[in-house]
Amino acid sequence: MNVGLEHYLVVSMLLFALGLMGVIVRRNLLVIYMGLELMLNAANLALVAFSRFNNTLDGQVFVFFIITVAAAEVSVGLALIVALYRKHQTAHVEDLTTMKL
Amino acid sequence: MRDALFYILAFLTLVFGFLVVANPFSRNPVTSAMFLVLTLGSLAGLFVLLHAFFLAAVQVLVYAGAVMVLFLFVIMLLDLRAEERRKIKVAGAVAALISVGTIVALFLQILSGASLGARSAPTLEGATLPLGQLLFKQYLLPFEIVSVLLLVAMVGVVLLSKKDLK
Repeated sequence: MNVGLEHYLVVSMLLFALGLMGVIVRRNLLVIYMGLELMLNAANLALVAFSRFNNTLDGQVFVFFIITVAAAEVSVGLALIVALYRKHQTAHVEDLTTMKL
Repeated sequence: MRDALFYILAFLTLVFGFLVVANPFSRNPVTSAMFLVLTLGSLAGLFVLLHAFFLAAVQVLVYAGAVMVLFLFVIMLLDLRAEERRKIKVAGAVAALISVGTIVALFLQILSGASLGARSAPTLEGATLPLGQLLFKQYLLPFEIVSVLLLVAMVGVVLLSKKDLK
């Protein structure tokens, strides 16, 4: 059986589901961030697959932009986590209850 | 041959991705980060199978290289040993199962009913030359805006990591 667009989309979907599961289940801010990266990469895979099977390069340009924005996002997010850790000595979401009534 | 490669790489991607979020042996963020590197590497392999050669190289350089080094740097900077012994909560697991199940069901529903665009034989090559021409002609404005975004991110990070904000 030939590998077609559907196969790639299913892999992308499963990877996205894994990333979402990580974001919801894990309680460590850094691992939550890694889950976010997984979800971004799942979207990238879907875009590249669509680009390949529809014979247009635009999807790949879009992925290029996503990678750039993700790099910027990671650097800002990690700086925020470090600043948070300096203030509260924790990177654990359940210990961050400042906004709780 | 190509199909076998696809199945191998897809399997590796999903297994490594699973080990990132739910490693049964270790709750250590460093282990997660290492498996994330492997996930991104096998995704680069999938990009090569899709003839997106430039993106595969960028994936390895930017993601598996720069971003993961940044991650590991921060993990080493923070002292995260206390995180390992905490348990996953039941409510969180149930919420995750429900939301993930909903999303997967939604995807499958859409996938089964959709016509997936043109079905001609793919001839596209994602080499550097056509991608660069597209990027610097049709997508010149977004490209420049992204450079501004990177500048803004850099300034923001420098500001955020200052010891005492005024």
